[in-house]
Amino acid sequence: MTLRLRYIRDRLALTFVVLMTALVVIPLFIIIFYVLANGFSALNIDFFTQELGSPARAMQGRPTGLVASIVGTLVIDLMALVFAIPFGLATGIMMSEYHEHPIAPIARLMTSTMNGMPAVLMGLLAYALVVKNTGGFSAIAGSVALAFVMVPIIGRTTESVLRVTPWSLREAGLSLGIPRWKVTTALVLPAARGGVVTGILIAFARAAGEAAPLLLTSFGNNYLSFDISSPMDTLPQRLYSLAISPYRQWHAMGWGGAILLLVFVMITFFIGRIVIQRMEQKLNQG
Amino acid sequence: MELTTQNTTTVRMETRDLSVRYGVSTFGVQDASVAIHDRTVTALIGPSGCGKSTFLRALNRMHDLNPDTVVSGSVFLDGEDVYDPTMDPVMIRRRIGMVFQKPTPFPTKSIYENVIAGLRLVGIRKREVLDEAVERALTGAALWDEVKDRLRAPGGSLSGGQQQRLCIARALAVEPEVLLMDEPTSSLDPNATTRIENLIKQLREQVTIVIVTHNMQQASRVSDYTAFFYVGEVVEVSPTKEMFSHPREERTKEYLSGFFS
Repeated sequence: MTLRLRYIRDRLALTFVVLMTALVVIPLFIIIFYVLANGFSALNIDFFTQELGSPARAMQGRPTGLVASIVGTLVIDLMALVFAIPFGLATGIMMSEYHEHPIAPIARLMTSTMNGMPAVLMGLLAYALVVKNTGGFSAIAGSVALAFVMVPIIGRTTESVLRVTPWSLREAGLSLGIPRWKVTTALVLPAARGGVVTGILIAFARAAGEAAPLLLTSFGNNYLSFDISSPMDTLPQRLYSLAISPYRQWHAMGWGGAILLLVFVMITFFIGRIVIQRMEQKLNQG
Repeated sequence: MELTTQNTTTVRMETRDLSVRYGVSTFGVQDASVAIHDRTVTALIGPSGCGKSTFLRALNRMHDLNPDTVVSGSVFLDGEDVYDPTMDPVMIRRRIGMVFQKPTPFPTKSIYENVIAGLRLVGIRKREVLDEAVERALTGAALWDEVKDRLRAPGGSLSGGQQQRLCIARALAVEPEVLLMDEPTSSLDPNATTRIENLIKQLREQVTIVIVTHNMQQASRVSDYTAFFYVGEVVEVSPTKEMFSHPREERTKEYLSGFFS
């Protein structure tokens, strides 16, 4: 084969890869553009400060907004994170640091099954465990459902980042007579903290976008509520209900809500980046 | 059994018919019986894959974490069996320290924190005690003068040779009775190697040392006793001078004269 022909083939291969990647990335930009173009007009002061209320408010041009969904999303997602982190970390540590323990393979099977499960099943599970037993829909039930979504993701990412930390680190710790759990918490986890935090953020962002697990748990609420034992609104679920509603004004608010959700997830990743960078800097300075 | 009993010093550690198997049938070490004398340096030499590192790691129960590894026979420390079910491996490892082939400073910790890691993690918090331990350990590892002005710098910022001395300091800080060294100079340049070797000669005054080395000159320079391993077996254990001048076994003679490596 001549050199020229090889050169052309190389070019063709590169073009193909670039083209395919572009086809993957372009829809993402279209979504962002489309959401911004449609939703931007819905964003005003009322949108961030007013309750949604009945459809009549929007149709008669009275003040209406998504403050209930914004507040509810923050409350439910953060509670879910608090529930999920200890379980997720413990499961990840179990699977990586105590991999010879009989529970570890079971945990691995369960987390990968849960990772592949439709999120609506997490909602059903939380419905059976929390809603049925407490007598009603509540923000807590929603948080539990989202925690079920987060736990296997946190567990799996924690396991994989712990596994790639050098074995020599553990041996060095153990050889000093440091107990195994201390080696894990004081040496291995800090060495892997960037990856662990990234895993937590991925889980958080993923759960923040879920509507299905919340339908049967936190239920939704057109009015602002801070009571975690009663129904509460969330952005993903509100987007869904605004979108399927028959009101043109609500459709516009739905686009606005989509912008919020996008920004929310982007901020989450942004904060995560900063946190990780800070930790790396601290690490490098000693 | 090849115990060197003609010596007058006390035996600090001793293995009897120690075998280490990987999986069901592969022997890493087979029926090794070696006596390790108090405050001496014992070198373990032999070709690659002969089981000397495997033997060393059996002494402080580092094989515990690998469920596929089976250790049989006995290891005694001051007459107590290290593998006795009532013995706590964590306590064993506090008494028997270890330095590895590659320097392993804790990456998230400063020089100071590296040295006190063993003390801090078992709950010693008193500032003066820790400060004193750091100076003592770093001085003992011949590193104090080089790092005393930058104890807060990360351990990873030191050169390879300094990192290895930092690891020795870290091991010394918990005041072990025995120090195991697994080819501690194999990743270092000749200069750093010389410093570590000089250090080993000094440390012999206070601590019993077992060192694995693939470098026979190193063994002859730093050790009092030498054990020659070959294919998982201990061929010969003798005072180093004796072994290098008049090896008793034919295989030792052949190895020392470079017939096989």
